[in-house]
Amino acid sequence: MRSRGRGRVGWGKIALFSLCLVPLAYIAWKFATDRLGANPIRELEIETGLWTLRLLAVTLAATPVRRTFGWNWITKYRRVLGLFTFFYASVHLSMWVGVDWFFAWGDMGEEIVKHKYILIGMTTWLIMVPLAITSTTGWVRRLGKRWTALHRLVYAAAITGTVHYLWAVKKDTFFPVVYLAVFAMLLAYRVIAARRRSHRASTPRSAASVAA
Amino acid sequence: MLIKKPDDVRPSEITPERGYLSRRTFLAAAGVAAAGVAVSGRIASAIGGPPGGRQAERPNTWEEITGYNNYYEFGTDKEDPAANSGKFRTRPWTVKVDGLVKKPADYHFEDLVKPYKLEDRVYRFRCVEAWSMVIPWQGIPLAEMVKRFEPLPSAKYVQFTTIYAPDQMPGQRERILPWPYVEGLRMDEATHPLTLMVTGLYGKTLPNQNGAPLRLIVPWKYGFKGIKAITRISFVDKQPANTWQIANPDEYGFYANVNPEVDHPRWTQASERRIGQFRRQKTLMFNGYADQVASLYAGMDLRKNF
Repeated sequence: MRSRGRGRVGWGKIALFSLCLVPLAYIAWKFATDRLGANPIRELEIETGLWTLRLLAVTLAATPVRRTFGWNWITKYRRVLGLFTFFYASVHLSMWVGVDWFFAWGDMGEEIVKHKYILIGMTTWLIMVPLAITSTTGWVRRLGKRWTALHRLVYAAAITGTVHYLWAVKKDTFFPVVYLAVFAMLLAYRVIAARRRSHRASTPRSAASVAA
Repeated sequence: MLIKKPDDVRPSEITPERGYLSRRTFLAAAGVAAAGVAVSGRIASAIGGPPGGRQAERPNTWEEITGYNNYYEFGTDKEDPAANSGKFRTRPWTVKVDGLVKKPADYHFEDLVKPYKLEDRVYRFRCVEAWSMVIPWQGIPLAEMVKRFEPLPSAKYVQFTTIYAPDQMPGQRERILPWPYVEGLRMDEATHPLTLMVTGLYGKTLPNQNGAPLRLIVPWKYGFKGIKAITRISFVDKQPANTWQIANPDEYGFYANVNPEVDHPRWTQASERRIGQFRRQKTLMFNGYADQVASLYAGMDLRKNF
């Protein structure tokens, strides 16, 4: 597919935008029609949190998928996916701040200090903030190589986010462990790929030194 | 041979719930007061309803109480117990009473409850997960049952055991918790007038997802003390184990008294969300039953004995 001119939004992006909004629309529909059970506020938090992790996994899978299948067109959708991950994380946090605690700042402060799963959840969101801010083309250009280094933080967010989930559940840790395994695999892929690349890059030089 | 079966249909079952609600609360309060049961006025007021000064505490709806349950034997999601407990067999049901008692026996459920008049008790229910409800239970004060078993003076604690039936309880086929579920109370807690052996809800037979046919309710303790589907009651001289403490001793203790001062590592215990309400509310010491039960723990360090 040929890339279109900058500033124009292709049909692919419109479709992806709509797709990314489907979970939120579904959650909103369930809320509006009283399908979230007896404790809807808790369900809103759980659902938006889970979708944050799911979208994060999809975002991180973009590069391995591109390399494996040679689907280079995926690159231009990665930013949309990343920003939607941040969007769901922010909705998740807003539920906690504005609905669960109804802006009781003092109580929320205590929660953050006393409960480590809240602290690590908050940390996860804070890690994502600079990534969202520097997601624009301007920032990518301005930061150059440092942009790539900065955006490796997304793996830190994946791990802290999943630990947040793990610590939040009482006993049935099956799904948090599944998410943790998925992120570990995605991270392992990147580490192995990077090592291979640096190995390939260093090979000619070492070959040259042997010849000399 | 004539075997008298318990009445299947109680008058309350054919009363519309809405009308029943107000009438029943009135009758319950009046009944308790008029019956002259050997309870103090403070106990009676605790039974009739939560103390004044707070926002009106109306009982939660039948749908809320029967659709949002922690009952890991039937699954870990709140909706699982309602979905998975439909075929659970509560008859025939036997309760084994053993240990330090003069009258150990295997009681048929019907024989166990027959001698008593069922009482209606509207209690606050506070889950350790920081949500709460107001629930109109129906049951028998445990103190009266205990009297009948004639515990020996050496009996200091009561241990309760849930049925082990992995063929009927899908959760028991997974090692989420050590099965069967066990719970315990100190003798003075077990015989406290507020402690109830529950057989009904809203005047109807207790639904399976709420712990049928027989469950414990100790309204000043976190919900997990309210062991469900009880099949054994043992009188012992040492503090018995309870399942959540075995599973996670840093987070759950033996006493599990509702205490806004002592936080759980995961959930704040200072406030709670009443199911059906938007705003959180402050959690009360002993779940608002301090006047009735605080004396049980006089001189104890509640931070250590959580």
